[in-house]
Amino acid sequence: MIRLVDIHKSFGKQKVLDGLNLDIEDGKTTVIIGRSGGGKSVLLKHIIGLMKPDSGQVLVDGVDMTRLNDRDLNEIRKRFGMLFQEAALFDSMTVGENVAFPLREHGKMKEEEIWQIVADRLRSVGLSGVEEKMPSELSGGMKKRVGLARAIAMRPEIVLFDEPTTGLDPVMTEAINQLIMDTQKNFNLTCVVISHDIESIFRIGHRIAMLYEGKIIEHGTPEEIRASIDPVMVQFLSGSVEGPIVIM
Amino acid sequence: MKRISAAADQLGRAMMAAVEEMGKILLLFLSVVAWTFRPPLKARNILKQMEFVGVKSIFVVVLTGTFTGMVMALQGYHGFRMFSAESLVGSTVALGMTRELGPVLTSLMVTARAGSAMAAELGTMRVTEQIDALYVMAANPVKHLIVPRVIASVLMLPLLTVVSDFMGILGGYFVGVHLLHINEGIFVKNITKLVDLDDLYNGLIKAACFGLILSLIGCYKGFNTRGGAEGVGKATTEAVVFASITILISDYFLTAIMF
Repeated sequence: MIRLVDIHKSFGKQKVLDGLNLDIEDGKTTVIIGRSGGGKSVLLKHIIGLMKPDSGQVLVDGVDMTRLNDRDLNEIRKRFGMLFQEAALFDSMTVGENVAFPLREHGKMKEEEIWQIVADRLRSVGLSGVEEKMPSELSGGMKKRVGLARAIAMRPEIVLFDEPTTGLDPVMTEAINQLIMDTQKNFNLTCVVISHDIESIFRIGHRIAMLYEGKIIEHGTPEEIRASIDPVMVQFLSGSVEGPIVIM
Repeated sequence: MKRISAAADQLGRAMMAAVEEMGKILLLFLSVVAWTFRPPLKARNILKQMEFVGVKSIFVVVLTGTFTGMVMALQGYHGFRMFSAESLVGSTVALGMTRELGPVLTSLMVTARAGSAMAAELGTMRVTEQIDALYVMAANPVKHLIVPRVIASVLMLPLLTVVSDFMGILGGYFVGVHLLHINEGIFVKNITKLVDLDDLYNGLIKAACFGLILSLIGCYKGFNTRGGAEGVGKATTEAVVFASITILISDYFLTAIMF
């Protein structure tokens, strides 16, 4: 289980996370929603140790990520995969080399085995036979699928998704949602997804958490979130400009 | 009085920032040294960078070296003619190229070509989260991105300098002997008499140092890029300016130590 305990993070005078607490259950998809620029990506970067909180704990199965040295942090990171907002594929490598990268880096596998796994992961995201293409030759949706193939290459236990459907058309959005659900089920993953897309969050989330003003103000099942009477939650889900959320 | 105080304050802050930056570059250097000796050696990455820094810079280095040697011969001839010492043109060109202009101009050209590209490439990787992706995959970015570039630059700069020295002397020979009609025998004899192998070696040591400087600064600026496209542009410009100035300043101190 991932447990975030009283996380505080500021950039200069701007408080981004202000005493945030959240439990992320194993084998489930937790979707974190909130305003643009509200600290969702910062939260995700805390979970994987790309950022350290000013105070608070990030516990992964009881181990505090914030206190680990680089070597131990890397050991824990091997249990994670992450799909970045723009996929973050290495431009200088082919699609196949991108997916093979973590396998070459950490596994002691033969090239033949590596390429078998690469083909398997690409097949599981519906992109067989693109190993030799360069990332620049792919569409946005294809890049995200390759990013997901790379994220699950090492069969991680936890996968983080940073706005996986942003910038995609409705058909591709649905395809990516379906892929997240299938991947979560097939690999029995713990998924943490950041999203703005209201339709998507109810499709893919087993749990939904609302981040507002540096804190989680609501956390529950999709049904509980839908039934919430919190004015912030109601305004966010309805997309109304009237309400407690101030537009800046 | 207030103005003077504000100016002193600004100067102090700028100096503090410069010292802080130098400290960070030194820490990056130590990290590069530590990761260089930690296996596995990323030989493929190093060879790729050697091709980029070395092989692909040959054309500009040949052009720069040749024309620098030619113009030195031309200028030297007019100066030496006043003392009827035209025979020293060849050795002057050779000394100038091997000791100074070969390593310095080669490094400046490679800074403009490859140092800027290092900053731009790493900067783009930073703003598109590719460097974060390396961290997430438990792969060290210094080992993967910076070590190959630094090793390639330190190895290739001396080789490019040899090319530059040779082309410079050849350019000087062409202008001196064929255009200005200096006696060929005296031209060559004075070169062999007045230029030591030590002059060449010291020039090559300088070139290796400049390779270290340009790659470290290029990588540092790129690696620490902030912001989007504007940040990448700023990092690239700063890398070229900062590396060029550092090369010229360190050239003085290296010369003072070596010669």
